[in-house]
Amino acid sequence: MAKKAQSTLINMLLSLTIIAVVAAAALAFVNQVTEEPISLAQKAKKEAAVKAVLPAFDRLEEAIVDGTACTKAYGSDGQLVGMAIEASTEKGFGGHLEAMVGFDTEGNVSGYQILQTAETPGLGAKAGEWFQKGNKGDVIGMNPSTELKVKKDGGQVDAISGSTITSRAFCELINNAYKTFQKGGIE
Amino acid sequence: MKASDIIKNGLIKENPTWVLVLGMCPTLATTTSAVNGMMMGLATTFVLVMSNIVISLLKSLIPDKVRIPAFIVVIATFVTIVQMVMQGYMPDMYETLGLFIPLIVVNCIVLGRAEAFASKNNVWHSLLDGLFMGLGFTWALTLIGLVRELLGAGAIFGHSLIGGNDGMLLFILAPGGFLVLGYLMALVKRMQKKS
Repeated sequence: MAKKAQSTLINMLLSLTIIAVVAAAALAFVNQVTEEPISLAQKAKKEAAVKAVLPAFDRLEEAIVDGTACTKAYGSDGQLVGMAIEASTEKGFGGHLEAMVGFDTEGNVSGYQILQTAETPGLGAKAGEWFQKGNKGDVIGMNPSTELKVKKDGGQVDAISGSTITSRAFCELINNAYKTFQKGGIE
Repeated sequence: MKASDIIKNGLIKENPTWVLVLGMCPTLATTTSAVNGMMMGLATTFVLVMSNIVISLLKSLIPDKVRIPAFIVVIATFVTIVQMVMQGYMPDMYETLGLFIPLIVVNCIVLGRAEAFASKNNVWHSLLDGLFMGLGFTWALTLIGLVRELLGAGAIFGHSLIGGNDGMLLFILAPGGFLVLGYLMALVKRMQKKS
């Protein structure tokens, strides 16, 4: 076996430089290979969310309303049928909460899907199902022209048991999305 | 040193979780379900094997005084590769493990094996050591995840046994992680003593 390199300045410099350069080259290569799959995966996720929250549609169109990314959906006759809006709030129990919210043309909630959450597993994290159609906290079909609020605050939404803070944040998120929806002017 | 000793060390005698008690951060954080624990274990295994091989190959070229930064660069490179590959091809898993993948860099097991084993042994033995230390870590994490998932969510590997209802939530949350880890560690120690 070769003799161990001595800890002279030049040896240390050389070995660390070479290792760093080789590491950088390897990472650059892997980055190049995975760049496309990563962006595809992120796009697929977003598209699946848009599809899940909107009424049946024929064609989608991206738009930016008030700095928020939205997707407008059109039916087969070219008529607008709904709009999906990415909304977020910082008031979740774990901070940032982000969801895709769909509205029909009258502003009724047609669906939602949580995109990013840091809520407590088993409690607040249930928000993904709790407010869906047919479940206890069903918000589908509600119209946030009167602000959504949990029952505890005098509103109409059943909060997740043990997760009032998450539920409040969720209502706020839907209300935020609705504000964007109004500004986004469905003509 | 015999290969069979290295295998036994990694899996049981010097198991990273039960005996060395290294890398407790990912152990407690990612074992909310059996699958999560297993994936975390396998990701760590990959990094361990690769970094052990490379460090063993380079051991005579790296001067002693800069060995730690050199090891860390090698380890961080492989961790970043795992992260990018996972993000691209297993986006769902990446989302659950997210933050804990980059944290493999500072997992004491990886640097510990580089320093204690790979920098002193040949490539073949280092590879074996990385692989079986990793698998030892993996089975420990999978077991903890299995117990926590069963008690906390009433499911095994994602298949619910109690139909839609909650289990004992405590076990999915942090305190349950400590409880399960403690009891399992005691149990494993007891069984080791007997044999």
